[in-house]
Amino acid sequence: MTTDLGMPTVASDPYGHLRGSESFPVAARRSLADTQLRQNLGHATRTIRAKRAGVVAEVDDWEELRRAGEGVKADVMARLPELLVQFEEAVTARGGVVHWARDAVEANRIVVDLVRGTGVEEVVKVKSMATQETGLNEALGEAGIAALETDLAELIVQLSDDRPSHFLVPAIHRNRSEIRDIFLREMPDVDPELTDEPRLLAMAARAHLRRKFLSARVGISGANFAVADTGTISVVESEGNGRMCLTLPDTLITVMGVEKIVPTWSDLEVFLQLLPRSSTGERMNPYTSTWSGVTPGDGPQTFHVVLLDNGRSNVLASPDGRQALHCIRCSACLNVCPVYERAGGHAYGSVYPGPIGAVLTPQLTGIRGTDDVSASLPYASTLCGACFDACPVRIDIPHLLVQQRAAAVDAHTRPTTQDVAMRAAAAAMSSPGRFSLVERALKLGRLIGRSGRIRSVPGPGAAAWFGARDMPTPPAETFRQWWARTRGPSS
Amino acid sequence: MVGAHPRAVVVSSRDEVLARLRAARDAGGATAPEVPREYRRTGTAPPGSPEVVDRLTETLTDYKATVHRVADEDDVSATIADILESAGVTTFVAPPGLPARWLGEVTARVRPDEPPLSVAKLDAVDAVVTGAAVAIADTGTFVLDALAPDQGRRAISLVPDHHVCVVRAADVVSSVPEGVARLDPTHPLTFVSGPSATSDIELDRVEGVHGPRRLDVVLVGPSSAPE
Ligand code: SF4
Repeated sequence: MTTDLGMPTVASDPYGHLRGSESFPVAARRSLADTQLRQNLGHATRTIRAKRAGVVAEVDDWEELRRAGEGVKADVMARLPELLVQFEEAVTARGGVVHWARDAVEANRIVVDLVRGTGVEEVVKVKSMATQETGLNEALGEAGIAALETDLAELIVQLSDDRPSHFLVPAIHRNRSEIRDIFLREMPDVDPELTDEPRLLAMAARAHLRRKFLSARVGISGANFAVADTGTISVVESEGNGRMCLTLPDTLITVMGVEKIVPTWSDLEVFLQLLPRSSTGERMNPYTSTWSGVTPGDGPQTFHVVLLDNGRSNVLASPDGRQALHCIRCSACLNVCPVYERAGGHAYGSVYPGPIGAVLTPQLTGIRGTDDVSASLPYASTLCGACFDACPVRIDIPHLLVQQRAAAVDAHTRPTTQDVAMRAAAAAMSSPGRFSLVERALKLGRLIGRSGRIRSVPGPGAAAWFGARDMPTPPAETFRQWWARTRGPSS
Repeated sequence: MVGAHPRAVVVSSRDEVLARLRAARDAGGATAPEVPREYRRTGTAPPGSPEVVDRLTETLTDYKATVHRVADEDDVSATIADILESAGVTTFVAPPGLPARWLGEVTARVRPDEPPLSVAKLDAVDAVVTGAAVAIADTGTFVLDALAPDQGRRAISLVPDHHVCVVRAADVVSSVPEGVARLDPTHPLTFVSGPSATSDIELDRVEGVHGPRRLDVVLVGPSSAPE
């Protein structure tokens, strides 16, 4: 098995919130024991899977759109440096200022300095994966600047001092009555009679944030897409909190990963179809804003954009692995993943959970050695393939998972017997036929596992792999069989 | 990668990031593939046709906008007057270039956004009336162009809690690609599909968060079936 991680990785670890603090199996074991969490996740992911399937079925050229999305992103990777320079020129020509950040620490420093320059002590934020990745809120906090999350789910996470567990709905692990309790506890001005009716919860959030929006002087956003030839940035959202942050403040600072570039405006005709149907399961999300630099008389008159590398160049160097940068963060792969549905987003440690997180995170951070928690992420999968079928830009996540498993093994300084076993397991996982062999071995394990734990599994090198994960005795049915039975053909 | 250069003293972040990305891109492959564009770029029915206007009515309604069909532009002002009156609107903001004939029968007080109203003033009005640059039937979307005189800067269609938008049949296209092609990306644009909503509570859609909670669309043009 070869790996494509030929590029040197960055020596220090200034990556922000990419590397977790414990390995996936350890963290997952805890969340699996949380029945409420599993019920919440099961309910939410079932809802969204049905919605997505309905709106995708309406589009008769869906497969052609997926292929176009894949093609545009592959083209972007092949021309990324040139497209970024073109984008920089376009933004600058239209009155914006472009900054470049090597890593999370540098991005945060740039933003903190910019906010300090305005003299304000509070900023409003629209949900952005990039600033979650860099840990911007903490950096602002250390500088005495309060960062107010305005997306409903982010607000729930922030108020309860929690961590996000999903791209799209960071509070997906909370149900309505938990949300009500958080609001009652943390919102000073909330109606004490608040019920858990979703409409009333949304209105409570509106009342809580309204004055902040109307007086905000600095807004901070991420970007869904950035158009190289026009310097246009696009933010896709639902609630209108994004529009508030992008429109009303005097100063807007956008932090985006370098991979968010698309070559031309007309490429958005593909992504504005793929993204909403894949993420919220809507024909179109309520609001999408686009702007190019500064427009006299409309919106913020000072505009900065921070282009973030933070390990993305590591990923770009891998011919196959760079597919992980094609991700448009729709979260469809999370919603269809049987492992995510049970383990939840927190078990992945990184701000990028689920199948895409399992292949993106270890590539961004690199794998430092045997005990690097990122190395356990590629094993957080059954390789059932549902993520590929759901992915609007056709990222071959199962292939990347297998590749990252091999990379995890290669990260060791000396090969051990376990390495060899893990490699063999990875190889077995790479072809459905051989995977079935391992699965059958697993079933055999059920017959022989007396203590409730699998000690050894016959099969191609699987023994050490499963032994290392301290697998509970598997059910009579394998994941793949279970999946085929309960989900039917892919949705 | 970078840093090993003997004469490099201080490398800017920009140079370093670009150098890393160039090296990585070359290592991973620099051949740009041909992008397959087999998807539909035109819709099932021509722009402005009764079919697309009907479909837009369906998709807007599905996402909780209220649609008012009128046969021609002479009927717009009476419809807007009805909408505002039934909602109890006493003051509303209008962009400077809103056609005066749309407001002929309106009795609520109009505040033109000229000179631009403060955010506090916008917060004090009950509604906003605008036109639209284009509407997309497949998705139930209309797009506001901040530099179009009948649409106005973005804040005016955001802060008031009730938005009345007039869409002309000629501006209704079937598909997203046709809509995107009609827009100028250098202008600030807002794609609106229904009133403000959230999917953040158990992943189901709930209407009414920070943007306008009530959305009325006045759709000007003939429908395919007589009503
Ligand atoms: S990998 Fe694909 S399915 Fe998963 S979040 Fe990214 S774009 Fe969506």
